[in-house]
This record gives sequence, structure tokens and C-alpha cells, in this order.
Amino acid sequence: MIEAGDNNSADLCAVAPMGLLAELTHRCPLQCPYCSNPTELERASGELSTEEWARVFKEAGELGILQTHLSGGEPTVRKDLEEILKAAVDAGIYTNLITAGVLLSKERLTGLKDLGLDHVQLSVQHVDAQLADKIAGFKGGYSKKIQLAEWVKELDLPLTVNSPMHRHNVEYLEEIIEFALKLGAERLEVAHIQYYGWAFENRHTLIPTKEQVYRNADIVDEARERLKGVMSIDFVVPDYYAVRPKPCMGGWGSSFMTISPTGKVLPCHAAASIKGLEFENVKDRHLRDIWLHSSSFNKYRGTDYLPEPCKSCEFKEVDFGGCRCQAFMFTGDATNTDPACSKSSYHKELLEIAERESKLAPKEFLYRKFTKQHQPAE
Amino acid sequence: MTRERLIVETNTTPALPRFVKLRHDKGRDRWIMLAPERILTPDPIAVEVLNLCDGEKTVGDISNHLAEIYNAPADVIEKDITNMLQDLADKGFLTS
Repeated sequence: MIEAGDNNSADLCAVAPMGLLAELTHRCPLQCPYCSNPTELERASGELSTEEWARVFKEAGELGILQTHLSGGEPTVRKDLEEILKAAVDAGIYTNLITAGVLLSKERLTGLKDLGLDHVQLSVQHVDAQLADKIAGFKGGYSKKIQLAEWVKELDLPLTVNSPMHRHNVEYLEEIIEFALKLGAERLEVAHIQYYGWAFENRHTLIPTKEQVYRNADIVDEARERLKGVMSIDFVVPDYYAVRPKPCMGGWGSSFMTISPTGKVLPCHAAASIKGLEFENVKDRHLRDIWLHSSSFNKYRGTDYLPEPCKSCEFKEVDFGGCRCQAFMFTGDATNTDPACSKSSYHKELLEIAERESKLAPKEFLYRKFTKQHQPAE
Repeated sequence: MTRERLIVETNTTPALPRFVKLRHDKGRDRWIMLAPERILTPDPIAVEVLNLCDGEKTVGDISNHLAEIYNAPADVIEKDITNMLQDLADKGFLTS
């Protein structure tokens, strides 16, 4: 539990967050069936205003946030992205634009660079144009992405290519690495998708076999050695095939926060999936107060609440018992050990599900979209 | 378009790439390096070296400079600095 006095800035900074995922909107031209947004998307009419985002970034800078990901949905859908970016830059925050790259013009990208944008992360669904467009549910997206990558390099902006991995591109990892190199990316993210939200709904169609994942790991090991100092590669296996759980968010409420399009402040982008948690809104309260005092952030802070097998586990302070959302999804209790951990009594079941579903014939994608009652107002 | 691995040597003129920002984190009173998805906290000696990496001074220049300040053998310093900078280069956080 955090007990820093609100007025003591040194105390505050010792416990302050460092990263902020800003979901500026849930609107997106793409419909990837593994989108990390919640299945109940927030509508455009409820989105924070320009002034509200500007205030959020001012408060975030004062709170100690060092880095922000301007994300979505597709952040470039917002016509006021420039003003929002400027507020983050003015607050001294390192800015990363996470984009699908199909809506940005060269002029607009140039403008963003001139305002101080530090980095661009571009999603690439596949190296094959047809398959890429099919996964994204957006015709012609692939060629627009390549065009954007070329502009990013022309403008001498740093580029991360992000290719979320799953059954439909798992056999193309070597090609994806070569593709990212050719685009001039300094960094490649080939994290396997995790099965929450939309991905959970599509798990039977997306989950690869254990053998495929482990082959990926070998390919990454070799490429990292070969490309040392040229392109760095981030790789993550699906939790279903892990032995130890990932230290989700570096610990609940310890260094990271997400703000949803309507202003809800979340300990992670999937936290709304945990029933019974209540989230505060930046419209109602200063970001610092929400970080320090809200029940949702305090609920799973630290490790004191963890039951066995975490309680007596030597890795307790390393992985913090893993992911709360996954614990809730699988065991019905968010305080339980993440079933991704081999010490969890649910672990065997998790692995069995993955191995069975990875061998089933894929079904049609359930694409990410607004449900009727959540239709975005244009 | 493909870059090559930077091998740090005496006559290398190291610099931070545009996307890596070295700055003082006032709230936490420490120096940090900001990069995509990464926040590094270099130790005070590394900070001193990095602040000298301007793309003009060579590793040799930097070593001689620090050798004078700390009254230490330049060759020992150069070896330490080279190792540190090579490590950063291999992580993609250094250019020349």
C-alpha cells in the first residue's frame, strides 16, 4: 500500500508511475481479431476533449510519467492529435505514436515530427499483402503501411515494426524479420498475442502449437545474435506455453497506467475485464490522487494479498504472481496465482486447452468492431 | 538501407541516436536514458561518458579527458569505456 504524503514530491516520485498508455480513441479502420482493446469499445461521443487530454498530460508530467504511448484504436483518427502530442512534449514526456499507418499523410507525419514526436510504432499484420489485409480486415492497408514506413525513414524518425504473432503468421517469422530490416526498423516487436478480450474470443483460430512457438524462440535467438546493434527484437511467448508467468505491468500499480478514451484510469489496458473493480476518471480527480488513492490501484498493489502457492514462492517479488486479469478469467478470483505459472493448479488445464485448440481447423475471424449499442458517432 | 553493427574503437566518435534521450529525472533525482519501450538508469560514470558523446570527440579523446580529471591511466579508462559503449551499441542505443 502506498503511504506517501501528497505534498512531499520526493516521496511521491519514489512511488510514481513511469509509463502511460493513452488510448486516445477506440475508433480504428482496422479490425484485427486480437485487438487489445476491451470487447466493449468506448464510443466517440464520450471521448475526452483536447483540453482534457492536455490537462492529463500536464498532470502526468508532474506525477513523474516519463514515457507515453499515444495509442488507440487508431490515434490518428483524432483530428486534435497534434495538440495532444504537444501537451505531452511540453510536459517533458517521451512520445511514441502507435499507429496502424493507414490514415497518416506525409504532411501530417512531418508536422508531428516538428512538434517533437520521438518514435513511431507501426503494426504489420503479415508479410503477405493479401493475408495482412485479411487479418486486419482492411483492404489496401498493407501497401499504405509500407508507404508510411518509407516516410518515417525519410524523415529520419525511429521506427518499431510491431507484428503480433499467432497461428496465421507464426510460420513467417524469418520473413517478418527480413521485412522489418528492409523497412529500416531499429526495433521489431514479435510478441505472441495474449488471449484476453478479442483474442480470447478468437483463441481457437489464433493459437499456434507449442512447437511453432518454440521454433520462433530459436529463430529469434539466432537473429538477435546476427543483428546485434542493427535491430533489436522483442519476443514474448503466449502465456499458455509459459512456465513462469510474466511480471505483468512490472507489478500492479507500480510503474504503469492506462487511460481509456473516455478518461477511465486503469492499472492495465485489460483491467476492466476484472468484474467488481471500479475505475476513477480523470474528469473527476487529479491523476496523482487516482494513482495514490483509488481502490482499483491499491487493490492488488504489492504481494501481501497473494495466496499460496505465491505466498511462499521465491519468485513472488520477481513476477508478482503474474497477471491479475488472467487469474480472474480462469479462476474467477483475481487474487489467485496466474494459471500461466506451472505452480498454479489451473496450469495443466491451460496448457491442455492450448494444445487442443491449436490443432483444430481455424474458423472465420470474429473481427473487432463496435457492437450496435456501442456504435461510434461520427 | 540496412545498418551495420557499430564496433567501438579508439577513433570512433560515439553519439546517442536521435531516438535515445539522456536527461535528468528531476523528481527521482537520477539520470535516465529514454528509448522506445525502455527506460535505462545509467550509473554516474556512464552519465559522465554519455554527456561527452557528441559525435565529434573520439573514444580516445573522451578517455584522455577523463584520465586527466580522475588522474587515472588512460588505457584502463579507455578499456572500460569501450566495453560500456559497445554494450550500448549492441542494444541499439549508440551510433557514431
